[in-house]
Amino acid sequence: MDKMPKWADVILIPLISVLLALIVSGFVVLIIGENPVEAMQIMVRGAFGSAYGWGYTLYYATNFIFTGLAVAVAFHARLFNIGGEGQAALGGLGVAIVLLSFGWPHWSIALLAAILGAALFGAGWAAIPAYLQAKRGSHIVITTIMFNFIASALLVYLLVNVFRVPGSMAPESARFAETVHLPSAAEFASFLGFRGSTPLNFAFFVALVCCVLVWLLIWRTRLGYEIRAFGHSQTAAVYAGIDPVKITMITMLISGGLSGMMAINVVMGEAERLVLDFTEGAGFVGIAVALMGRSHPVGVVLAALLFGALYQGGAELQFEMPAVSREMIVVIQALVILFTGALDNMVRMPMESVFLTLRRRREGVDPKRRSPAE
Amino acid sequence: MDFLTVLQILDSTVRLATPLLLACLAGLFSERAGIFDIGLEGKMLAAAFFSAAIAFTSGSVWVGLFAGIGASVFLSGLHGAASITFRGNQLISGVAINFLAAGLTVVIAQTWFSQGGRTPQLPSEARFGNIVLPGAESTIREIAQLGPLGQIYSELISGHSILVYIAFLIVPLTWWVLFRTRFGLRLRAVGENPAAVDTAGISVVGMRYAAVVICGVLCGLAGAYLATALNAGFVKDMSAGRGFIALAALIFSKWRPWYALSACLLFGFFDAVGNRFQNIAVGEFVVPVQFMQALPYILVVIVLAGLVGRAIPPRAGGEPYVKER
Repeated sequence: MDKMPKWADVILIPLISVLLALIVSGFVVLIIGENPVEAMQIMVRGAFGSAYGWGYTLYYATNFIFTGLAVAVAFHARLFNIGGEGQAALGGLGVAIVLLSFGWPHWSIALLAAILGAALFGAGWAAIPAYLQAKRGSHIVITTIMFNFIASALLVYLLVNVFRVPGSMAPESARFAETVHLPSAAEFASFLGFRGSTPLNFAFFVALVCCVLVWLLIWRTRLGYEIRAFGHSQTAAVYAGIDPVKITMITMLISGGLSGMMAINVVMGEAERLVLDFTEGAGFVGIAVALMGRSHPVGVVLAALLFGALYQGGAELQFEMPAVSREMIVVIQALVILFTGALDNMVRMPMESVFLTLRRRREGVDPKRRSPAE
Repeated sequence: MDFLTVLQILDSTVRLATPLLLACLAGLFSERAGIFDIGLEGKMLAAAFFSAAIAFTSGSVWVGLFAGIGASVFLSGLHGAASITFRGNQLISGVAINFLAAGLTVVIAQTWFSQGGRTPQLPSEARFGNIVLPGAESTIREIAQLGPLGQIYSELISGHSILVYIAFLIVPLTWWVLFRTRFGLRLRAVGENPAAVDTAGISVVGMRYAAVVICGVLCGLAGAYLATALNAGFVKDMSAGRGFIALAALIFSKWRPWYALSACLLFGFFDAVGNRFQNIAVGEFVVPVQFMQALPYILVVIVLAGLVGRAIPPRAGGEPYVKER
């Protein structure tokens, strides 16, 4: 089955797909009547041209690392967790409850507790769809979509009726105490030029630690092996004594927990209170990130960085080219999902034939004459 | 609550159920042919924008309707190419289409109209007006004078846009096509056992593309109804999850047309009640409006859990057909 070398599968095909997505996006910009090359320059400069830009790019990337890892872990068990949005929202609820209920003496202890709260609530929200998939065979894609909507309604209800500060009209919780303030980039990395307005905060390191842990889990533990085996062939996995219910449940709990931890970055690190719709679609970006990163933590980090840059660069683009609306990011995101996910074979099939021809030529076989084995 | 109030709620139930019904039947065709479609939302949104935008620029609602259907069929074709020709993941393709529509509609709206991602308010000639059936009254004051039957006729049955009547006629049509024609038999067979259909010498790819195009046309009607009949113009994200509620209704109805009608009416009713009463007091308890909004989704999870009758999707759904084995 080795039609292509591994590097082509892991690096070349995603790169070609992303390039195609960017070319089509360029055409969209062209049709709008703006210069795509100039737009690209503005976006790159906006995302990477200053410490300010980097601060936002890495802040967004932190969100996408969490949600991307969540989708990636589920992908390894061939489960499509489309419910990152709802799980992240519930994670925010967990963070808010943990931080508002107790007077934490120091941010480091509060961070550990908040991580626990976020992961537990996120995992809890994934638990019901996971159980229904494992025990009743209900399609996890449909149930997780439904749970996104239920989560959103639940959060609106709680913010309006429970968490809202008396006398305030805004549907948001009270501000967390000063002691649980996570160090921002301006505090721990001012030597890099980060200023006070930078949203980048300590949660970035939590995300990177999660990447290492996910890598260890998937490729260096027995459980990870079982998850991958289950993803490759359910029947073979069951035959090998792997419990499908257990794997489905555990994988989805980990996935939901990772989604929920996104709230550490946004709710605890940036907003410092629970606000409405704080996820801003990051749960869905996670799908694109996991697809592009080929479900590998290193790939996820790189893809998250790309999408972080898109988000920040897109915001700058809106300032400099008012004709291009901020939703252009959503278009690019859609095209990346389309080309790296759904139209994967469109790129793969021609590439496979190119590599086959190359190999035959190298082995001195006439490509026109087929061997009987084929 | 008097009789006329009940009728008014039912009347808005019909209005709100119509886009759900059209999208639900769209999904029915696609999924019965084995193509899962979670991109109903996106197609509806694209159709809503293009119908409103073209109706505004051309001044004709019919031209707008066709533009909306065209946009929706284009996205359907994309979904078909990804999931039939290139054998990609149908769910991922659906997700991509939803985002593509959500982004492109606003980007283009901003370029064309510069009103923050919306179309201008449509004048009445660029909208589908309400049809007053013969012998029916149209103003509330006149309707209140009538007897119960007259009130039902004038308030509930009369006074909808033509797309509402079309949507309700498509239900028996769908049933007839799917269960009483050769085309329908083949379409359902393609969703259950494509290899058998292939053996019989019928093109699986052709059948599936046909189903996907029908899905696009119906989603186009749904979107056009949203922007040119229910509202007067397009606003950002105006489909507001209706595509997913339609998907929920499709599962709730177990992929059958008449059940789809009742499911959509039920979900439309939730919406109508939620719109009219913010919080409903039942004895001591107050049912919050958010609960009413979440109810369709909760019901679907309950149905999917197999607690109230089991929903079994078409067997070959979601799997690309590979001829050579």
